[in-house]
Amino acid sequence: MTIAPNRQGDTLTLTLDGRLDTNTSPELDAALKASLDGVKLLILDLKDLVYLSSAGLRVILAAQKKMNRQGRLVIRHVCATIMEVFEVTGFSDILTIE
Amino acid sequence: MKTIVVPAKTEELDTVNAVIDAELEVCGCSPKVQMQIALAVEEIFVNIASYAYNPEIGEAEIEVGISGTPPTVTIRFLDHGKPFNPLAKEDADTTLPAEERGIGGLGILLVKKNMDQVSYSYEAGKNILTIQKKL
Repeated sequence: MTIAPNRQGDTLTLTLDGRLDTNTSPELDAALKASLDGVKLLILDLKDLVYLSSAGLRVILAAQKKMNRQGRLVIRHVCATIMEVFEVTGFSDILTIE
Repeated sequence: MKTIVVPAKTEELDTVNAVIDAELEVCGCSPKVQMQIALAVEEIFVNIASYAYNPEIGEAEIEVGISGTPPTVTIRFLDHGKPFNPLAKEDADTTLPAEERGIGGLGILLVKKNMDQVSYSYEAGKNILTIQKKL
C-alpha cells in the first residue's frame, strides 16, 4: 500500500493505493499518528484502494474517534466491494462517506 | 485439492492468498466473491498467527479445494496450537456509535457474514476451522 499525503491548511488528505490489511494497516496508523496535529478535516481518499480488512477498519475507527474530538473525517471514492465491508460491519452508519 | 503448510506468521498472509487466488482463478470467480474469501482467509489466518502458538511460532496447514455444481470452494485451516474456537466469540455490535465501538470481533463477523458455511472442531490435537462459499 502507498499513502500519499496532501496538507492544505487544516485539511489533510491521505490517498491510499493498494491493500489495507493486517500487514499494511500499521503504516496508516503511523501516518495518522504523525500528522493529525491541527487537522480539522481529514479526508481518506480510497479511489485506488482494492482491499480492506478488519485490521484497516480498526485504524479507520481510531481515526474517526480522534477526528470526532478535533474536527471531521470524510471518506471519499469508495468502490462497491469496499462499500460492502463498511455496510456489513455497520461502519457505513458511523462514517461520512462521500 | 491443494495443501500448503506455512509458519503461522502474519507475514505469510500474501503466500496463503496467492495459493488460494490461483485455485479460484481456475474457475473464474468474481472479484467480489474473491475479496470476500480473501477477507475470511485473512481473519482466520491472522487469528492463528496471533493466538494459536503465541509467543512461539508454529505451523498452519491450509487446504483448498473446489468441487460440486455450482462450484463451491472449501478451505480448511489446521493448527496444533491451543484449543480455541474463534466462532464462540461474541460478534461485534454493528449498531453502536463510533465512541462506544471496540476493535474486537469485526474480523470474525466478516467471516460469518461472507461465507456460506463456517465450522470449528478440535480433533487429535488440532484446531480445524472450515469455511465454504459457493462461487
